[in-house]
Amino acid sequence: MPKLFEILTREELAPKTIMFNIFAPTVARAIQGGQFIILRVSANGERIPISISGWNRNEGSIRIIIMAAGRTSAEAIMLKVGDCFQDIVGPLGKRSHVEELDGTAVLIGGGYGTGAIIPTARDLKALGNKVIGIVGARNKDLLLLQDEMNEVCDEVIPTTNDGSMGIEGFVTHGLAKVIEREKVSYVLAVGPVPMMKAVSEMTRPNGIQTWVSLNAIMVDGTGMCGACRCTVGGKTQFACFHGPDFNGHEVNFEELQARQKMFQVQEKIALEQLNEVLV
Amino acid sequence: MKDQKPKLKPKEKMKIQRTEMPERTAEERVLGFGEVPLGFSEDLAEIEALRCLDCKDPKCMVGCPVGIDIPAFLKKVEDGDFAGAIAKIRETNFLPAICGRVCPQDQQCELTCIVGKKNKPLSIGNLERFVADYEREHGLRVTPEIEAPTGFSVAVVGSGPAGLTAAYELRKRGHEVTVYEAFHRAGGVLVYGIPRFRLPLDIIDEDVKALEEMGVNFEFNTIIGKSMTLDEMLSKEFGFDAIFIGTGAGLPKMLNIKGENLNGIYSANEYLTRIYLMGADRFPDNVTPLNQGKKVGVIGAGNTAMDVARTAKRLGAEVTVYYRRSKEEAPARTEELRHAMEEFINFKFLSNPVEFVGDEDYFVKKIVCDEMKLGEPDDSGRRRPTPTGKQFVDEVDTVIFSLGCNVNPLIPDSTPEIVTNKWGVVLVNEETLETSKKGVFAGGDIITGGAKVITAMGQAKIAARSIHHYLTEKTAKHTYFAKEVESV
Ligand SMILES: Cc1cc2nc3c(=O)[nH]c(=O)nc-3n(C[C@H](O)[C@H](O)[C@H](O)COP(=O)(O)OP(=O)(O)OC[C@H]3O[C@@H](n4cnc5c(N)ncnc54)[C@H](O)[C@@H]3O)c2cc1C
Ligand SMILES: Cc1cc2nc3c(=O)[nH]c(=O)nc-3n(C[C@H](O)[C@H](O)[C@H](O)COP(=O)(O)OP(=O)(O)OC[C@H]3O[C@@H](n4cnc5c(N)ncnc54)[C@H](O)[C@@H]3O)c2cc1C
Ligand code: FES
Repeated sequence: MPKLFEILTREELAPKTIMFNIFAPTVARAIQGGQFIILRVSANGERIPISISGWNRNEGSIRIIIMAAGRTSAEAIMLKVGDCFQDIVGPLGKRSHVEELDGTAVLIGGGYGTGAIIPTARDLKALGNKVIGIVGARNKDLLLLQDEMNEVCDEVIPTTNDGSMGIEGFVTHGLAKVIEREKVSYVLAVGPVPMMKAVSEMTRPNGIQTWVSLNAIMVDGTGMCGACRCTVGGKTQFACFHGPDFNGHEVNFEELQARQKMFQVQEKIALEQLNEVLV
Repeated sequence: MKDQKPKLKPKEKMKIQRTEMPERTAEERVLGFGEVPLGFSEDLAEIEALRCLDCKDPKCMVGCPVGIDIPAFLKKVEDGDFAGAIAKIRETNFLPAICGRVCPQDQQCELTCIVGKKNKPLSIGNLERFVADYEREHGLRVTPEIEAPTGFSVAVVGSGPAGLTAAYELRKRGHEVTVYEAFHRAGGVLVYGIPRFRLPLDIIDEDVKALEEMGVNFEFNTIIGKSMTLDEMLSKEFGFDAIFIGTGAGLPKMLNIKGENLNGIYSANEYLTRIYLMGADRFPDNVTPLNQGKKVGVIGAGNTAMDVARTAKRLGAEVTVYYRRSKEEAPARTEELRHAMEEFINFKFLSNPVEFVGDEDYFVKKIVCDEMKLGEPDDSGRRRPTPTGKQFVDEVDTVIFSLGCNVNPLIPDSTPEIVTNKWGVVLVNEETLETSKKGVFAGGDIITGGAKVITAMGQAKIAARSIHHYLTEKTAKHTYFAKEVESV
């Protein structure tokens, strides 16, 4: 049997973007689409939240995608098969909302978000819905998990900023096309804040049910500390406990984006320290 | 010394002055995280214990939620039999080194101590601390005897003082015990709330190690209600015969005022967790960051607020506590207030924050307060603060809310069968501490809202006894009666 939190497989999906399968049986037995874990890389490490992109309940494994953004994620992607994460706790947060819809479901992923929407795409499809996936990246080499997206969606619309594949531009260009073409009754967007905001603005006039997964800074991830406070519908909500998915039309994205910068100065110092060690 | 000790009459004993615990000076204290009290010497301890009148009808024990035989242990201290003293305490209290440090004795045993009627009460807490430290420093701790295996297994959820005590009591009775903890280490608020300068980490770790040596299993990184439900734990998959819930406090309370989500504003839970669980005071060697400015405002005047203020001071800030009532109403213990005031912390009483103002980067820069005055007493019996109409503005770059917490909602949320009151407090049978779900018992902050270490321990002992009865008596029935009363 593998060791607890041992890395079973490791695959580079794109530069600085690694997909891991990890032995974490207590997480694997209960996790559902839209939920996340918190991990630590080392005993002096910080806790960072990471979405789940798949699992194997029999094997007791979970699948995550980490994009190096700073100190901890950079340390995480250096781990090799057979290495262990220090801690993994989950599942955290609530499952993404799924239901039988009278129109199309559009699931939008940017960056690691492409992995995060896969389980929910599968769930929506199992309920008999038509599911369209829109995935965005800067260029075609950065588009993730295309085969798997094709498998769980009825249609996949890639968008790239440089037009190297699919629609040239942003995910919203893809979304506009779908809305024009057919009745959309559900949108779930996971990715960078500006993307989730733009998607929510686009669906607002038609009143399309729109969910966004808020990537607030977190510590415990269980509702105990309030680090992940967001304003939704004018009320303070804890992203880890009440979310991470919220009604995109009610989220104060400006606040979320500003709060993500709370530790900018420290993050730079922490990354520099790692770089010094590596040199 | 022992043999020469005079036999004193009660009247003479009453004349001896209370031995105060030597403390580090405030100037020295704020430079680090070392403990404030320095501990008794053996001589000081014996002299202090000598003051006990050995009352026929001792009142001190009435004030102790775990019922320590206080006169008996004091007698042994007086005789210089420190090993005997700690053995006496251990009959009823599993965490004496912790309780000796963090119990509010002035509201418990020392409040009811008969010597205290005419003189200052016995320094019971400090003596408990002394003998517990003596035991640890002299390696006298013995693994308690464990009864023959019963074949039953019990899950304990949470490793705060309630969970640790329940695990101890259940294991001692011969049950298999597994403790599930959401974090990566045991201790609950003892670790991520109470500061190091009041409770050093190695003391908690010793107690956890003792449980491991007794054969208690610890499963970290496991969130009951998320990783697994109570029903699954009681099913064949996990095979537990009963469950104890000690999940403590949850969502921190905020004020719902303008600007409270600005950067630089923390809850006490977040602030203390970053420092004491994650070690952010040693950033970047420990990777968890803390962004503390030079001017820190602390909102509230309870014990947690004092802990936060004193921590911020140690990290180099100028600290001001804002509280909407006056000093007399401050919920913090007198000793905690005194320590904070000695440590150069500013207090602005009758100051009610109404708004925070930030800069263009969304960082807090100013706190706006209503000046208050005290009116008629409210429901709590304390005089109600009302605005005078005047306001003031202070510059701050960090604010920490210390207004208490709501009860942890994770388990009731995932198990609707667990009945709570409207504040989320888990309701229990007051005698057995069984919840509305058969075989599931609870104790600690989860059934009281924010309370004390020792009450959590007292409840855990009661619950462990009930669980034992529930498991071993074939006739045991579900003892919860659905009723709309507040628990304990
Ligand atoms: C619910 C949720 C799911 C996520 N899923 C994924 C995922 O599947 N894959 C992935 O690569 N990333 C994911 N993230 C983002 C990931 O947590 C951050 O990239 C990571 O914390 C960055 O830490 P760092 O030390 O590497 O970088 P830093 O340099 O410390 O930070 C880079 C940025 O990440 C954010 N961040 C920093 N610390 C935290 C923290 N403790 N909690 C949350 N955000 C933080 C900050 O906004 C910061 O600007 C998710 C975030 C959330 C909240
Ligand atoms: C800053 C501060 C200072 C204090 N000072 C004092 C003092 O000096 N004296 C005193 O007597 N009291 C003090 N208290 C109060 C005291 O700490 C609490 O009353 C006591 O810790 C309650 O114990 P508990 O075991 O019920 O809960 P906690 O100590 O809160 O422990 C609960 C544990 O359960 C875990 N948990 C929660 N949910 C789950 C879940 N779903 N699954 C698994 N694990 C879970 C938590 O991570 C935690 O480890 C203080 C409190 C604070 C915040
Ligand atoms: S991360 Fe602590 S409450 Fe959400």
